[in-house]
Amino acid sequence: MSGGLTLVVALPLLAALILILLSRLERRKGAIAGPGFFQRNGVAVGLYLAVAVGFWAFFIIVLPQLAMVDLSFRPKLPPSQMGGPKDIFTLENYRYFLFGSTTSTANWNWLHIKAFFLSIGVSILITLLNLAICYPLAFHMAQSAPVARLRVLLLLLIIPYWVNEILRAFAFRVLLSSGGVVNKLLMGGGLLDAPIDFLGNDVGLYMGLSYAYLLMMIFPLYNAIESLDRNQIEAARDLGAPWWHIHAFVVMPHAKPGIASGCTLVFMLSAGALAAPLVLGGPRTLWFTPIVYDRFYQAFNWPQGAAYALILLFACIVFVLAVLRMFRLSLGEIAR
Amino acid sequence: MAAAVELEGVNVTFGDFVAVRDANLTIEPGEFFSFLGPSGCGKTTLLRTISAFIEPTRGTVRIGGRDMKGIGPNKRPTALIFQNLALFPMMTVAENIGYGLRVRGVPRHERDEKVKNLLIQIALPEHGHKLVSELSGGQRQRVAIARALAVEPSVLLLDEPLSALDLKLRQHMRAELRAIQKRVGITFIYITHDQGEALTMSDRIAVMNAGVIEQVGNGRSVYAEPRTPFVASFVGENNAIRGRITQAANGTATLDTPIGPLTGRNPVGLPAGDEALIFVRPEALKLGGDPPSGFEGEALDVTYEGSITHVTMRVRTGQKITLSLGGGAAGILPQPGDMLKVGFEPQDGLLLARPERS
Repeated sequence: MSGGLTLVVALPLLAALILILLSRLERRKGAIAGPGFFQRNGVAVGLYLAVAVGFWAFFIIVLPQLAMVDLSFRPKLPPSQMGGPKDIFTLENYRYFLFGSTTSTANWNWLHIKAFFLSIGVSILITLLNLAICYPLAFHMAQSAPVARLRVLLLLLIIPYWVNEILRAFAFRVLLSSGGVVNKLLMGGGLLDAPIDFLGNDVGLYMGLSYAYLLMMIFPLYNAIESLDRNQIEAARDLGAPWWHIHAFVVMPHAKPGIASGCTLVFMLSAGALAAPLVLGGPRTLWFTPIVYDRFYQAFNWPQGAAYALILLFACIVFVLAVLRMFRLSLGEIAR
Repeated sequence: MAAAVELEGVNVTFGDFVAVRDANLTIEPGEFFSFLGPSGCGKTTLLRTISAFIEPTRGTVRIGGRDMKGIGPNKRPTALIFQNLALFPMMTVAENIGYGLRVRGVPRHERDEKVKNLLIQIALPEHGHKLVSELSGGQRQRVAIARALAVEPSVLLLDEPLSALDLKLRQHMRAELRAIQKRVGITFIYITHDQGEALTMSDRIAVMNAGVIEQVGNGRSVYAEPRTPFVASFVGENNAIRGRITQAANGTATLDTPIGPLTGRNPVGLPAGDEALIFVRPEALKLGGDPPSGFEGEALDVTYEGSITHVTMRVRTGQKITLSLGGGAAGILPQPGDMLKVGFEPQDGLLLARPERS
């Protein structure tokens, strides 16, 4: 058996073993009580779960990311030289993000840095916008809508997502382009003399991104608000609270885990979105994800692409952890 | 002084269902007033109407003489204590109590002072910083009361707040609630299906059935002078025997029943020939002797409880009759299977018209 194959089989098993040992350790510390993992699930199912989760964790999560991390620290080389004397660890790819090509005259690689911060900044705005749109809807669905209306609302929310993301993005393009439906209506109604360039001004991009991840916000919010005891809202009202106070100090603190998980999902997804920026982005806007895409498929510079992707990933994780810290939540609570 | 709460022709309907029918009632300031009835009788609906969570379909609710039409729950001088208390779990005990003051914009130091006083009043001075989840059931109860009292309502509404507690704590809290009411002197309106609670705490009780207030009066009068068969059988134990009135005169009447003629009071003046029920309390039935009204039956079950002995007996018609024998009968306790001769005095029997549907 070759060394590679041994690794492929042995490492997931090792991961499974680590999982089992971890649970043993927790048990010894007294963190878990009750019947053990294998007692509860039986040996066969227990083994299957441990090995399956081990494989999954290893192949889908750990291995590809590790490969990316490794790749991002290597120079771009033709296949013949890979593994050769020139294949050394280097920070070149990260340097490029900050300072650009060694032949450029500028001090900083403003083009990419700007695109990066624009992506992050706009993603934050879109997350907040999404929260503002979804919170009233989720509250209505969770606390005041009769069952029949709730079903209709849920269907109306879900059905549009049967259309795939690219098609939805193009639909926005058709709606918002200079000769599109919205401009025609506005001009036909005599409200405008010349069409508004929605796409060039990125209105289309923001709309597309906000819409694309609406459900990711609605459902965590709905779940969180739904579990709030109605009596608490009434108690607050009875004690004299105006409606905004009830939302700010009773509903929202209760829904905090839902708000945090919705926000982190929407933020992560919009910062990493590719289709919407490609289809709906204005000509003057450079989003960060298309740059990453170009590193891989236009420049054929996979190490640099890997470095860029990791920078984005790292920024997102830092942002999410910062938000959790701000809300005083632990990771476990969002998953509730 | 204007009445604390006045209900005038209050009707509440949900679609075709009439939850409250034509409620007319005046509750005086400083009164401990209870609504007593089985679940689904409309008592909670009435409470929520007073606190503005439900608008009456017809009729007027006045609090302190003011018509409350269109005034929301956050603007009424009432405070409601929910059945499940509805304390805010993400706030500390002190924040819970101070919530009503906070929304009213009471400055912080004043608020803290007041919360501190309330914490002392409910005997939890050291618990202000704790979360509600760290308290016991009885402590939570007291926090809910303090939270409601903090806003100085003129009427405190309580929706079966003791039902989640165990028996011992419930009995303790009855006394405590009564003491708090005496101390703060405001009107308490209390909802319960437990007649013991209603009788021990209340100045007056309204007994409700199927959306209708059947009788209003103090504990003694609803127990001793029930005016409807429902009140007679719902408040306290009672034996009801059917029959037809054979003669009626001077406030008493004799009823011809399958187990013999029985004589009792006839407060509503039912005429001879009417179908009626005669109600006899278990403690009014005496063993042996030669009382004016009597009947025989077989003892089925005898439960000795020290001061009282409960006896269930079966009469000729198969109906079961219960007796509560006081300590005086201790010497000659009946045994199951014994044939018993029991009777009662005319003042202990009560004749009421039979409701049409039974």
